[in-house]
Formats: sequence, structure tokens, C-alpha cells
Amino acid sequence: MTQTIPVLSAQNIYVRLGGKDILKNVSLYMPKGSLKVLIGPSGAGKSTFLQTLNHLIPHNCGTLELNGIAVNLDNKKELYSYRQQVGMIFQDFNLFDHLNALDNVAIALRKVKGMKKKDANQRAEQELIRVGLQDKKELYPAELSGGQKQRVAIARALAMDPTVLLLDEPTSALDPELVGEVLSVIRNLTKDGLTMVMATHQMDFAKALAHEIVFMQDGEIIEQGTPADLLKDDVTSRTKDFFAKLDTVIEDI
Amino acid sequence: MDPFYTQELLPALNRGIIMSTKLIIPSAILGLFGGIAVGAVRVFGPKPVKIFFNGYTSFFRGVPLMVQLFILYYGFPAIGMFIEKHAMHYDLPKIANLGQLFYFEAYTAAVIGFILCSTAYHSEYIRGALLSIKSGQFKAASALGMSKFQAIINIIIPQAFRRALPGCGNEIIYLIKYSSLAYIVSCIELTGEARAIAAQSFRFTEAFTVVACYYLTLVTIATWILKKTEKKLAIPGFGVK
Repeated sequence: MTQTIPVLSAQNIYVRLGGKDILKNVSLYMPKGSLKVLIGPSGAGKSTFLQTLNHLIPHNCGTLELNGIAVNLDNKKELYSYRQQVGMIFQDFNLFDHLNALDNVAIALRKVKGMKKKDANQRAEQELIRVGLQDKKELYPAELSGGQKQRVAIARALAMDPTVLLLDEPTSALDPELVGEVLSVIRNLTKDGLTMVMATHQMDFAKALAHEIVFMQDGEIIEQGTPADLLKDDVTSRTKDFFAKLDTVIEDI
Repeated sequence: MDPFYTQELLPALNRGIIMSTKLIIPSAILGLFGGIAVGAVRVFGPKPVKIFFNGYTSFFRGVPLMVQLFILYYGFPAIGMFIEKHAMHYDLPKIANLGQLFYFEAYTAAVIGFILCSTAYHSEYIRGALLSIKSGQFKAASALGMSKFQAIINIIIPQAFRRALPGCGNEIIYLIKYSSLAYIVSCIELTGEARAIAAQSFRFTEAFTVVACYYLTLVTIATWILKKTEKKLAIPGFGVK
């Protein structure tokens, strides 16, 4: 990869919550168009790290840089514009329960970007088409399946034209039949060249599409590398171990 | 029909119900909006503001409405007089003019009292509803770049209001009935008119039975409006149903 400024970089992030060190000196550099997959056991700090990247959880030390410029997170205006550029997908969707699919996507366009209702709806509709839900725009979150909810959530994030998309286990709350539809949307995003950080346990997906796998444990990154490097036959890596364990679990079933 | 009804009671009560409506409608609307604002501030506001409005709510929920009305109507003018007297003594006419603000007409005193009281009660329903909204909604709004204020106004309150509506409706129905206290500060509304007629004619049973029907009608209309509103705001899968 050429030496360009990463679109998003997190340097030496340190988070302490309730007297416990949740993240210890975590750094991550996201070149444009890259997909990095965070894996690791529960409680490793993946979710906290993603939320730190969006400043939903404030960090005690460290810096966030967008396109090489450090973000001043104390400046509210800068923070809000930073968040618009760093989209977030949650494990449990967090769609706005009182709004239908279209308004879920359109509301931030109107209220944050200041778009007119008509333009916002038009844009929202485009995004719903992109995730294959144009015929569901009138439906409320309670009327959508889990997979559809997550796709609306993706459309909502994409509508803000994010520079980077953070995905926090986007398929963990879905039953196996619905995982595929969400992953195929995400796969299309990688083709479009969107920069993404994704925490997931979908190892086949990670193997096939990740440019880099980042293994976290106890609030630290303990390994990172391309899937090919980490999963080569003649290396022993924590990542390989973890994948093997996931495999046996599935075989046991 | 007995001319007592057509000549005396009904004209008086019709006059009264107009006054009652004039008391109830602004109090209900402003009380509800006040309650939303105070409820939101009590949940999301900065600490000193929270403490202030918690105190406000405790006071207005803790003191009988009748006492509040007495303080507003009979007590405040005394404060006004005190200000005027002392300001004039120190030759401060501008401050002395402020004393005027403490003189209320009976109607104004009653409406202010009702708004303050129902705001306090509404704020409690709203507060409960706000606390029931999952934190994920706030996170999602923040992640899209909304400020705290935008998230509260556009995402949290519309959801909380729907949850609070049955409770708030209950408070509005209470208000219709406690509006009858206005007559004790000499704002003669439905109950006041009935009392006057009954005292004149000694026909208490008739007067108050008819008044009861008037209130029942008001409450029925209010219930119907509230039900319509609930239906209009209903969202599939949101809340029970």
C-alpha cells in the first residue's frame, strides 16, 4: 500500500472506566478503502474501542485524527461534524422506534445536514434502494425483521456520506438466515471502496474480505496482519487459534 | 320546565362553563408543554437546574392547590406592596414599578396556579417516560452527529411523550376538576356560579346535580380528544398493542 495519510487514525487510545483499564494503548490506522476486522473474545474491548473511535465513549488518553488532522473533541461543533464523517452501526440496530424506515434515514439529513424535507427523503430513498429496502420505506422498526432493521441502520449511516464506517458486530443479534443479507450489503460497500472497521465473529467473512485482521484481548491489540499472514499453515497465531475454536464449536453442534 | 332551570340555573352555569373553559384550555396546554420542558430538564439538565426543578416539583406537588392559589392571589400583592413601599423609601421608582407585577387578577392568579401545578405533575410523568427510553436511541442519534439538544428534541421526547400520554391525559382530567378551585380566589366559574345559585335558592341538590353533569360532559369530551390523540400518535409496535 502506498504511503498515504490514513483517513482515520487512532493513536495510543487509553480508556479507563469504573476503575478498570478497558483499553490500553490501542492504535489503529485506516488507509482509504481498507476493511479491518476486529476479532477477539468477549470483553476484549472491541465494542468500547469502536465507540471510542466515534467518541461515544470518551478516552482518557490518545488522539483521533481524521485525514491526518487531529480532532479537537472538546469543541462541540468539531465533534458533531467528526461524528457525521464516522458512521456507526450497532449490534442491536438502535433504529429510532418512532420513525418509519424512510424517516429513520432522513431525520439526520434534515436535522444535522439541514437538508429540505423533499431532498432528504429523496436521498433517504436512494440509500434504501442501495440496501434493497425500497419497498419497506413506510414500515416502522417493529414491522421489520432483524436483517431489515440492520440494513436500514446501514442506510441511515451511509446517508451521511461517512468517510469511515464502524460496525459493531452487525450480525450478532441476527438469526443465521438473516446474517447473509446483511453481510452481502457490507460486501457491496467494500466493493464501493468504503473504509470500514468491523467487529465480528463471522470468520469466513473476515477471511474473505478483510484487508487486515486485528486481534484484541484484554484491552490490547495482540496481533494484526492480513488474513493470509495470520492464518498461514506454518504459523501459530492467536487468531488462528481463535478461528479453530470457533470451528470446533460449530462442528460440535 | 321549572323556570328555576331555564331562567336561573342554566344561564348561570352556561356563563360558568365558559369561564371554566377559559381556565382549563390554557392551563392544560401550557401545563403540558411546561411539563415536557421541566421533565426534560430534570432528566438531562445540568445539576443546579435539575436541583432547582426538583425543588419546584416537590413544592407544587407537596402543597395543596388551594394554598397555592391563596398565596398567589392574597399573598403576592402583599409582597408587591412591600417592594413598592421600600423602593419608594430609597427613591427607586423603577424597582417600585416591579411591585405591580405581583398584583394578579383572580383569573390570572388561577391560571398561573393551575399551570404551575399541572406542570409539576406532568413533569413527573414525562420524567418517568424519558427514563424508559433505551440509551441506544441516544447513542444512535449522537453517532449521526446530532447534538444532545437535537437528540432530545427529535428522538427522545417524541418517544417519551407517547409513553407519557396516558398519564398526562389523566392529569388533564384532574385539571378539569381542580379548576373548580378558582372560585375560592373569586374567579367565578362553573362551581362558583352553582354555589351562588344554590345559596340564593336553597336548591343545592338540583344545582349541584346539574353541575356534576356539566363536569361529566367536559371530562367525556376531554377523554375523547385524548383517545383520538393517542390513536393519531400510535405507532406499530411502540408501546403495548
